Amino acid sequence: MRMNLSISKTLRGLIAATVVAATALIPTVSFAQAKEQYFGIPSYRVGPFAAGGTGFFGGIIDYLQYVNMKEGGVRGVKLTWAECETEYNAARGVECYQRLLKKGNQQMHIFEPLATPIAYGVLNRVDDDKVILTQYGYGRSDAADGTVFPWVFATMTSYWSQASGIMNWMSTKEGGIANMKGKKIAHLHLDSAFGREPLPVLRRLAKDWGFELIEIPVASPGIEQQAQWLRIRQERADWVILWGFGAGMNSTAITSAARINFPREKMVGVWWAGSEEDVIPAGEAAKGYFAAANVPNGKNFPLVQDIEKVVYGAGKGNLSDPKRIGSIYWNRGVTAGIFWVEAMRNGQVFANKRGQVLNGDEMRAGFEGLNLTPARLKELGIEGMLPSFRLTCRDHEGSGQIKMIQWDGTKWNSVTPDWISSDKKMVRAMVEESAAKYAAEQRIIPRVCPA
Amino acid sequence: MIYRESGQFRTTYNQDTQIFPLRQDRFAMIALLAVGLVVIPLVASDYWLKALLIPWLIFSLVALGQNILTGYAGQLSLGSAGFMAVGAFACYNFMLRIDGMPFLVALVLSGISAAVVGMAFGLPSLRIRGLYLAVATLAAQFFIVWALDKFGWFKNFDPSGVITAQPMIILGNVFDTAQEKYLIVAVVVGVLALLAKNMARGSTGRAWMAVRDMDVAAEVMGLPLVRTKLLAFAISSFYCGVGGALFAFAYLGTVEPSAFTIDLSFRILFMIIIGGIGTILGSFLGAAFILLLPILLSVVFHLIFGNAISASVISSVELIIFGVLIIAFLIYEPHGMARMWQIVKEKLRLWPFPH
Repeated sequence: MRMNLSISKTLRGLIAATVVAATALIPTVSFAQAKEQYFGIPSYRVGPFAAGGTGFFGGIIDYLQYVNMKEGGVRGVKLTWAECETEYNAARGVECYQRLLKKGNQQMHIFEPLATPIAYGVLNRVDDDKVILTQYGYGRSDAADGTVFPWVFATMTSYWSQASGIMNWMSTKEGGIANMKGKKIAHLHLDSAFGREPLPVLRRLAKDWGFELIEIPVASPGIEQQAQWLRIRQERADWVILWGFGAGMNSTAITSAARINFPREKMVGVWWAGSEEDVIPAGEAAKGYFAAANVPNGKNFPLVQDIEKVVYGAGKGNLSDPKRIGSIYWNRGVTAGIFWVEAMRNGQVFANKRGQVLNGDEMRAGFEGLNLTPARLKELGIEGMLPSFRLTCRDHEGSGQIKMIQWDGTKWNSVTPDWISSDKKMVRAMVEESAAKYAAEQRIIPRVCPA
Repeated sequence: MIYRESGQFRTTYNQDTQIFPLRQDRFAMIALLAVGLVVIPLVASDYWLKALLIPWLIFSLVALGQNILTGYAGQLSLGSAGFMAVGAFACYNFMLRIDGMPFLVALVLSGISAAVVGMAFGLPSLRIRGLYLAVATLAAQFFIVWALDKFGWFKNFDPSGVITAQPMIILGNVFDTAQEKYLIVAVVVGVLALLAKNMARGSTGRAWMAVRDMDVAAEVMGLPLVRTKLLAFAISSFYCGVGGALFAFAYLGTVEPSAFTIDLSFRILFMIIIGGIGTILGSFLGAAFILLLPILLSVVFHLIFGNAISASVISSVELIIFGVLIIAFLIYEPHGMARMWQIVKEKLRLWPFPH
């Protein structure tokens, strides 16, 4: 096998040499054309969620720009992109998807809308168009099953893994799972599919660990929470999990907690309730509040500092306010950009197309082959910013780990230097069950993965 | 000149009651249908079909439903997105739970389900009017979305709380390409629009308009108020329900209940206000204005400025211009775009010799 490979390599070398010789004889213009890999960026920069959108998509663009400026692209292939405004709206998002899909003769291969409604809107289109839908910390949890969802990813860490991780961290704070018995935990959530998504995990753990789960829904948009917090006080909850979305709901929850003197150190937010924009409106009241993070904030990462120096130093940064470098959303965006570029690197190697433009299948193979080892993370300058993880044909989720961060009144601080693991076995079983049901309903035959 | 009626005589009652009495209109309609059903599927790109035309036709249908209720029957309603949700989820459940259910039958049944729900929420209209009725229909909007969100059965207990539309199969053919989906939507919308036009100019429509203009007077003249109002609610909800089912099956594919929020109801109401209250054409024009104009602005701005200006600024400017255009339209022609079209026709009749 190896022998064949080397033979084919020499053969290819011979062919390449002939081609080079041939082209040297004929003056051509095609060589002058730079090789470009095109990306589509469905951003939202207006509307109620603009703070998150500008940070996240700004981070992606800054990283792509950085790779272009620092290394001249990926093995000589320059990264290009086009942006489209989705307004966090499903119809506009679908329009953007279709508009970005093709640009001249180039095609978009990765779509990351950072919006559940848009992700659902394109979910049934990506297979035919050969586009990877990467749901970075949102969307369908069961997309973690790569056999049923070949083109959809839940990279990295789904809602279910996150809920399980939060509970694991809570149990260590309480001194072990045994101590969780009899505790009262309120799940204060937006009354929507998003808010109810972690319930299967929480209900299951409540049964297994013996704590009492109090489910308290808040009607959208969530700025009216008096009755809910009255109930939390009446029930004397030990912990509150805040599964909120939007700065309005999250800051209201924190100020309401302060009003009834519920300790903020006993409140844990989902990562949509864990950015700077969510807590700053609550002011002093937010001090001590915890949140789960898939990517921690901060500038203490070599890569972040280098982007600031290289990209912003040259005046090519995407953020209008450079103070937001290192904020939660921006850091998350940078890591999303890293996934894209790493997928491209992998894809070039797998398809043996180093320094060439990839098609949809090759990009997908590259993404599925994401393997962020501790050594690679160090090389990229993001040690501690991402957990080490690896995707496979079956596992489209990756790490399933979180970091716990706490607000000190001015900034977030990581309180767990190490990553907190979820109960991967339990979550995986639930993912497979749910994905199998989806496959049966949609008459999808799950693909077979190499063992 | 172009719209000259001279020489076109109506000699029978049938000619007098036909839908397009003018020869020019008949030709225009035939040309429109030919373009819509033959030329567009042949030449339009996937982007045009999947991102612009299909959603536009679907929202035109829903706006038509809203126009029947609000424009013709005068019942101000804010529940249309809710009725869309009923249609979408009903269609999913009919397809899921009944083996071998033909798609078109499920589509009609989902419209009927929405009509039943619409009639139930239309009952308060017998006692309250105007803005107060709008508040009562607001209850429908919130209740429907809440119920679909709350009870897992509607979504077949999907853990993410969404439904995924089954493939559309008609007589053994799977309709899954952009062209095929467009054809389904275009035919359904075309047929229902024709029905609406005929209802509007028949006795049903006259009864609605009588109730709209003064319901006490209509009752005195012998029109049964209960029947007329509830019929308007039923038919309007039927249109919204079919629109919702198409929205899920031919457009998005995967939908969550929160796709049908009050925002959407407002947008549908704005469509008929800008397009023209109490007109069929207005529903189509208004849907185009609300749905497609922002996209047009966005495309044009990207073409002009590209990456020269920060994307955040461009996005904000687009919104500002869109808002200004709405205000300008309402000041210039408060009766909507359909009325503008009518004025254009009158001018064309005299052109090139206006007095």
